[in-house]
Amino acid sequence: MNTTVFKTIGIGVTFSPNLEANINEAARLALFFGSKLILIHVGKSSEDKLTAFSSLLSSFKDQGLVFEVTFNSGDPVEVILSTTEQKKIDLLIIGALKKEKFLKYYVGSIARKITRKANCSILLLINPSKDRVCCNHIVVNGLKDPKTEETLATAFLVGNKLGASKITVVEEISDDEVSVKVDDDKSLRRSTIIKERLRVREEMRVKAILKTIPNKLTKDIKIKSQPIFGKRGYSIGHYAQVARADLLVMNAPRKMNFWDRLFPHDIEHILTELPTDVLIVQ
Amino acid sequence: MRPKKPSLIGLVKTLPKNMFSGLVVSLIALPLGLGLAMASEAPPIAGVITAIVGGVIVSFLGGSFVTISGPGNGLVGVVLVAITTLGLTATYAAIICSGVLLIILGFLRMGKLADYFPSSAIQGMLAAIGLIILGKQFHIMLGNKITKNSGIDYLLEIPNTIISVFHFEDKGLIYAALAGVLSLGIMVFYSKIRNKYLQLIPAPMWIVLFSIGFSYYYELILKAPNPISLDYMIPAIPDIGTIITEVPAPDFKMIGTFSFWSSVIALTLIASIESLLSIKAVDKLDLEKRRSNVNKDIKALGLATVASGFLGGLNVVTVIARSSVNVNNGGSNRSSNFFHSLFLVVFILLFSTELTRIPLSALMAILVYTGYKLASPVIVRKIFTIGKEQLIIFFSTLLVTLKVGLISGISAGLIATFIIHVVVTKSFGLFVKNILKPNVLMYKEEDGSYFISVKHFCSFLNFNTLKTSLEAIPENNDVIIDFSLCGFVDHSSMENIDDYQELFHKKGGNIEVIGLDVLGAESKHPFALRRMLPVQKMMPDNKTKRQKNLGIISDKFELSYEYEKKYNNSFLEGFVYFQTKKIEYISNELKEKNSKYQSFDVVFSEGEFIAKEVVRTTMLYIKAPNEIPAFTLDKEGILERFYALAGYEDIDFERHEDFSNRFYLRGEDPDNIKRFFTDDLVRFFESNPYYHVESNKKGVLVYNKERVASIKEVKALIDFGVRLSSVINKS
Repeated sequence: MNTTVFKTIGIGVTFSPNLEANINEAARLALFFGSKLILIHVGKSSEDKLTAFSSLLSSFKDQGLVFEVTFNSGDPVEVILSTTEQKKIDLLIIGALKKEKFLKYYVGSIARKITRKANCSILLLINPSKDRVCCNHIVVNGLKDPKTEETLATAFLVGNKLGASKITVVEEISDDEVSVKVDDDKSLRRSTIIKERLRVREEMRVKAILKTIPNKLTKDIKIKSQPIFGKRGYSIGHYAQVARADLLVMNAPRKMNFWDRLFPHDIEHILTELPTDVLIVQ
Repeated sequence: MRPKKPSLIGLVKTLPKNMFSGLVVSLIALPLGLGLAMASEAPPIAGVITAIVGGVIVSFLGGSFVTISGPGNGLVGVVLVAITTLGLTATYAAIICSGVLLIILGFLRMGKLADYFPSSAIQGMLAAIGLIILGKQFHIMLGNKITKNSGIDYLLEIPNTIISVFHFEDKGLIYAALAGVLSLGIMVFYSKIRNKYLQLIPAPMWIVLFSIGFSYYYELILKAPNPISLDYMIPAIPDIGTIITEVPAPDFKMIGTFSFWSSVIALTLIASIESLLSIKAVDKLDLEKRRSNVNKDIKALGLATVASGFLGGLNVVTVIARSSVNVNNGGSNRSSNFFHSLFLVVFILLFSTELTRIPLSALMAILVYTGYKLASPVIVRKIFTIGKEQLIIFFSTLLVTLKVGLISGISAGLIATFIIHVVVTKSFGLFVKNILKPNVLMYKEEDGSYFISVKHFCSFLNFNTLKTSLEAIPENNDVIIDFSLCGFVDHSSMENIDDYQELFHKKGGNIEVIGLDVLGAESKHPFALRRMLPVQKMMPDNKTKRQKNLGIISDKFELSYEYEKKYNNSFLEGFVYFQTKKIEYISNELKEKNSKYQSFDVVFSEGEFIAKEVVRTTMLYIKAPNEIPAFTLDKEGILERFYALAGYEDIDFERHEDFSNRFYLRGEDPDNIKRFFTDDLVRFFESNPYYHVESNKKGVLVYNKERVASIKEVKALIDFGVRLSSVINKS
């Protein structure tokens, strides 16, 4: 298991009102993780731009930040994705707007396209800020999925680096797994028993994964396990919102097709309604 | 916790009780069945056939427990339209088809269908049905048969009919009108009189008994023909042989037409809505608080409807008034439904010719009363207190239903509700974007309680998602519903949540709703806001003379006096007397300083719909010093001896013959009760005026008559209570 988590962090930058906040967040994270920061700008290279970026990062440079700015013109999605490959970026930071327009949902905004296509981990920030906002509570999915082990490990690493005090592992259990439909008292009793059994089974599974995580990562963090019966992807976002989590860590989705976007599931739900900052672990 | 297995022994044990309540229900079902069928312009016997078929099939296959099935009043309007447009035999075919549709709905688990209709729209639809029934039958009640085109025309004609009554020349018509008015009087005043012998027979049956008695009086004593015009008598009812041999053949020729299917859909829609609403309401009355399997019940009702259609009956639905009568008379399982139809068969076998002695106008008075109850001003006032916008929904549904038809009416209600929601929130997107999203998150917290968070909006459009979550929680748990992420909560949802709160409370759980104050502060949510504020106003100087006198008493006895209405009266829970009754509020409370005892006026209702009676009674509550056995002590009368036959046991004391003879004592734990009734206590009861005394382990409830007590009676009650309390404390 690597302890540096992310060696190279990338962020797409344009001259928008959010620029300073975005760069600050990215730089801060790069310092926390001890990784190299790459600013990806879509557009022609120029001295002015470079000095503008450098001046924004000057205070972090004094703290030992290593960074690089790349310039490439073309389609933003293409540029960002190809740079990610070239520079071997393993965490891409995307500043997201909290509410995206209804129509864009079908077309897909730039950020969303990148999220779907990227091969690295992605951090979606809902409100980047100039000053540091601490990260206390991390919610992470505990789905029954081969990727989950890696995701949980990453969540604990990130939690340690950011000084989180609490990590909640959410096991989403689909309603279909409860084979009994509630009709009357008798079926309610049966479904309650089945749910209890599923709950125990899921908690055991998560506990087994948690055992594989090094003790030094888990010892300072309060761990909570929360099984939820509900729709996958949607309920974890809802839970993160209700539990006022500061960061939601999720598995990267399997490849999607058109229908997945039309009938959103899993991660798509989160993308339409970002509950908080979201880290998608590849 | 192991569930109680419905053993055969248990069933046999409850049979006498259920037979009794089945009998009482059949007394109300017979006149109602005849009347409802005639109001739909079907042959009168069709209503009774419906009840018989429904009772037999649903009692065996249904999924609810204390419901009674039979012909429904909601369907009168639809069946009427079907019969006038399709003809009788084709209507039977439509009824059969709607039965099949109901079975399909049951298999598709569409028992939740009724949740998708906003409650104000349903109220409007029911009120329209009520007006249709009232409008049409009012004229027959007053001996003035007329034919008009639409429901509104019938209503507009009412003043003319009233005027014309005073100009009747024909004596037969005058007598018919008199019978109608008297019957209406019986229906109205019956619930005002509290007498256990009178109340044993339901009001509609009194009408039947009076009518038949009147007819015999003329025939046997005056030796004169019945003075009521023959046109206003129930047409001949075929005897049982003819009913069986001459089953009308349903005519499926019109199956390809549009009007046929619109009738089928209207029948299905109204039958399912009426049944679902009734099942929900009856579940609240169930003493054992069981949860009905709605989908199973719908399937059974559908099958019963198919059978009923083939045998010449109407749609079988779950009916609220008859079900509530069933509960109030001790019905505890589906066998009472079976017995109700069995008794109907007996009636038809024995008395089918006697039934023709009932004047039509008297029978229609029952329906006029039913119609009035559906469309009563009380409903309008209740809706108005919820919000003005609810009145818009209510009246648009009502008017469109009256003018065009039921399906258009309910659609108008749906559309009106949605438009109002959009206007109130000033957002169309809120609904369209989020309607399909799974907006409800439910999880069990570490302490075992459940947390439900609702996002976006919660209205009749998606209440189902919240409902599914609530249904999946065992009712003895604590639940928190959080609306703080929700932009809008409508009235239907609030009302439904209120129902669930009541249900959970009864089973030992609790639902707390949070996050609504946030909504209120944004002042976007008039429904929610108004739902949350109970109307609890009373002018401080507006005291009645009785209240002033009670104030004087309170000073004399050194009690504290509060005249305001109190809605949370958990101390009255667990009393057998209130098991089948809904307590609305208590007021005029006189309380001992240490809350040892208190007297109060309690307002409660018993039964539902036309069988509903609102009662005010003065009672006294004494707090028990420590746990005492639960018991009920009554004066022993003929009724109590009869109850004893039906399986209610009286606890007697060998040493106190006088007490054992005069008092009827019962409870679940006889040994403990015998120990509790010490010689002192028995002597106390023997030597004091009679009061009904009841214990719920935590306290004792004392009252005498089922009405508000006079000042003198209040003093006597308190005096009795003080002395009883000292005897109990001693023992």
